[in-house]
Amino acid sequence: MTVNHSYHGVLIGLFVAMIGSFFVDLLAGPVSLQWFNIWAAIIENKASLDSLIFFEIRLPRAILALLVGATLGISGAALQGLLRNPLAESGIIGVSNCAALGAVLVFYFGFTQWAWFALPLAGLLGALVSVVLIFLLAGRSSSTVTLILAGIAINTIAGALMAMALNFAPNPYAMQEIVFWLLGSVANRSVSDVLIIVPFIVFGGLLILSCGRFLNALTLGEETASSLGFNVQVLRWRLVVGVVACVGAAVSVCGNIGFIGLVIPHLLRPLVRHDPQRLLSVSAMGGAVLLLLSDVAVQVLSSGGELKLGVITSLVGGPFFLYLILKNRNVWG
Amino acid sequence: MGLSAVLNDESLLLTGQQLTLSITGGATLLNAVSVTVNQGELVGLIGPNGAGKSTLLKLLSGVDSPSKGCVSLAISGSLEPISALSVRERAQKMSYLVQGAKAYWPIEVEKMIALGRLPFQKWWQQSSDYDQAKVVRAMQLTETLIYRNRIVTTLSGGEQALVMMARVLAGEPEVIFADEPVATLDPYHQLHVMELLRAHAKGERAAVVVLHDLSLAARFCDRIYLLNDGGLFCEGSPEVVLSQHNIARVYGVDSQITRVGQDLSVSPVARLNNR
Repeated sequence: MTVNHSYHGVLIGLFVAMIGSFFVDLLAGPVSLQWFNIWAAIIENKASLDSLIFFEIRLPRAILALLVGATLGISGAALQGLLRNPLAESGIIGVSNCAALGAVLVFYFGFTQWAWFALPLAGLLGALVSVVLIFLLAGRSSSTVTLILAGIAINTIAGALMAMALNFAPNPYAMQEIVFWLLGSVANRSVSDVLIIVPFIVFGGLLILSCGRFLNALTLGEETASSLGFNVQVLRWRLVVGVVACVGAAVSVCGNIGFIGLVIPHLLRPLVRHDPQRLLSVSAMGGAVLLLLSDVAVQVLSSGGELKLGVITSLVGGPFFLYLILKNRNVWG
Repeated sequence: MGLSAVLNDESLLLTGQQLTLSITGGATLLNAVSVTVNQGELVGLIGPNGAGKSTLLKLLSGVDSPSKGCVSLAISGSLEPISALSVRERAQKMSYLVQGAKAYWPIEVEKMIALGRLPFQKWWQQSSDYDQAKVVRAMQLTETLIYRNRIVTTLSGGEQALVMMARVLAGEPEVIFADEPVATLDPYHQLHVMELLRAHAKGERAAVVVLHDLSLAARFCDRIYLLNDGGLFCEGSPEVVLSQHNIARVYGVDSQITRVGQDLSVSPVARLNNR
């Protein structure tokens, strides 16, 4: 069938683009590396400055950009499918802000000195708190609208608490650290940062992918999905838990990187003919490409005081969001 | 209640016993309504707005669960409570067409109709040739084959209604539950959708349909349940239920009932003050 051909074409194309941008991101950086030295390190186990830069700085950075971009893309597609709304994003159910709050509190109380895993752990705990809160606020059997309203409430509270932490920051240095972290970046992260989030991202991603058929059924609304043999309440929570696990992990290490979850599914939806299930894997790869290329742009545009990744994605995403609203306003009359 | 029972009446297909639905806050949307559906029957649910027709249909189809009461389906000679079936099993046997059904994403007609085959596919499976054949058959029945590559949201209301019917028919369910499937349609499409439901409700299959048009109900339905204020007002053949007296009591309108050939034609003529 022609439909399948074009879908496979899109998958292959995006995969190639993803691998390509991954290598471009490895190449980008203030120091130009001698590839011979890296090769020597792999083959002969001979360490050099170049191989150190490559394995300790660039590789974790590129892997993080890939993982986090994929996470944001797939969870945006999942939430847009669940809420049947192209304006939905992982920020909307309060996950990103709660994870960020957890990390901010760690900065505020100086727990980062205790252990290298304090920051990601706090981010995940924050994301976990957001799920518990959503459960308490929205209940087990609630509708999608209640879910959104609960998300807005949680977002507001988490935002206020972060503002308070900034307000009472013990010293300007702590404050700067918090702000920089909030802007979102994949720079200067270690291999252990990558390792700690991988299980959560894989787990969350698999949970989301297992809901693909449910998302297709939701094209006809929740009641019809239920009549088509899907346990809507169970699957809705499975999807939310999946999003929380991977977004919580991503935010806890890289801060708040906005708008990828909004822009990517929206851009790619026509390529899969609005099929919500196919949009998942396509958005994961698309998100990875966009974040990798944004990271390249960050490194090319600024060498000294580095521009933060979250700033770039928001600069691209903000106007796009406005455009979406204007376009939909015309559709809705 | 709740246990499977051996069937005495072989033509019985579905029963709802003493169905009650109360929502948090105490309001009772439906109060102890019992329904039976026999094989080959097209059953109409009528009543004024807020009478509980849609609620009853959701309970019967298993989309909602009753606070009290039990819905049972005849499966190989015995009545099984549908709460004991898996959601997948239930979905294979019973299909629900929501009021004002619409697609939230602009997908192709054929893809949308193929969603009706989801209850027959395991999570790792794609649509098979067998599924595809059923989809094509449903499009032939509903005469929607010509739209198969159109985007569903660009179709007219009447065309969309037929496509939605095709989605339901593609699953070849034993019972179809349709909530006001003709409410917004022109006479041509109204008749088309009703004829499809009528044609489905044959042999071992049946359909339950919520209607506002009393003449259509009289013409197509074998039996009618007249609901009022969350309760059952009366039940029976169209001749019995659609009397001037009943319509005045429940709808609060004076009506003219005429016989056209074999069918009744009901037209409301004036509002009554002492409803």
